[in-house]
Amino acid sequence: MSKKLTPSEKRLEIEILRYHPEQDEEPYLQQFEIPYTTDMTILEALQFIKDHLDSTVSFRWSCRMAICGSCGLMVNGVPKLGCKAFLRDYYPNKITLEALANFPIERDLVVVMDDFINKLEEIKPYLIPEKEPQFLTKGTYQQTPEQLEKFKQYSMCINCGLCYSACPQYALDNKFIGPAALALIARYNRDSRDAGSAERMKIVNQEVGVWGCTFVGYCSVVCPKGVDPAAAIQLLKVESSKDYLIGMFKP
Amino acid sequence: MIFKQPKKYIRSHEPVFWGLFGAGGMLTAFLTPIMILLTGLLIPLGIIEPEALNYEKLHSFTSSWYGAAIILIIVALPLWHTLHRIFHSLHDLGVQRGRSWQQVICYGFAFAVSVFVFTLLLQILTM
Repeated sequence: MSKKLTPSEKRLEIEILRYHPEQDEEPYLQQFEIPYTTDMTILEALQFIKDHLDSTVSFRWSCRMAICGSCGLMVNGVPKLGCKAFLRDYYPNKITLEALANFPIERDLVVVMDDFINKLEEIKPYLIPEKEPQFLTKGTYQQTPEQLEKFKQYSMCINCGLCYSACPQYALDNKFIGPAALALIARYNRDSRDAGSAERMKIVNQEVGVWGCTFVGYCSVVCPKGVDPAAAIQLLKVESSKDYLIGMFKP
Repeated sequence: MIFKQPKKYIRSHEPVFWGLFGAGGMLTAFLTPIMILLTGLLIPLGIIEPEALNYEKLHSFTSSWYGAAIILIIVALPLWHTLHRIFHSLHDLGVQRGRSWQQVICYGFAFAVSVFVFTLLLQILTM
């Protein structure tokens, strides 16, 4: 079972929150000791544990390069991507890994993302053209660099859910539409090729829309892709206020 | 197949309060340091004569229409800002009971004091 460690190898202690709902009453922490090298990520540490120490540890992962958004977890209480967090930033201290906060645990480090996925679907995260979509033979939709700059940053979202687990408002009330969904609304509403703003503003204008946010800003701190959802939400608050004023004079 | 009913979206009235909150916050951020500088440092240190802010001077300032307008803005907007923040902090602290009453009390207080200051200033102006 256990891989032999040579005495010269540096080691690191990792504890993982384990929970198998069908057999465990409640989640518990399990200790592991792994060999440490400076270029190892948290995800690689988990893979080492699964391959050599305990094959029942469950976690999601796919690309290993911070683009699939699967390996989100809490590292010492901070939401991180396992593939983007390195052991060297914690060594020689112990590392505690837990499932992403604010989501129900499915098994060990795997969470149920259904609520987030439903919200993503609800906001229509795709271009809604004004007229019939034009065929490629008629050429592509042209945009100026300025038009691209207006939404580009918000299009970097990889739907990893770190911002939801950082958001204290989502923790208090998960009816709140949340940072990533709102950032994506900003991404499509600010795109010159899109004409779906009116539909999406209905979601934004709700109490649980943009107004559920109190501008804590932790979502932008933890975002692994530099999306800055907090700024997107502030922009949408201004848009929602304009929409409110216009709505007062329109039947 | 699951048939989904079209969801009803209810518009929030938050833009009104958020607007007052933003304006009040801006004022507070700019004016508080100046007020502390004036009343807490410059006057006690004797750099500005205490006479500059005496009752008669302030009263005559308040008796002008622009003075009254400035005082109303300086009192009312930061008040709306403060009570908006208190209202949302109650939610953050997990005080979930009687949310609508919290709202009535918070914004009601800001409204009542704004009206009170307005009438007071109007009285001074028309004296």
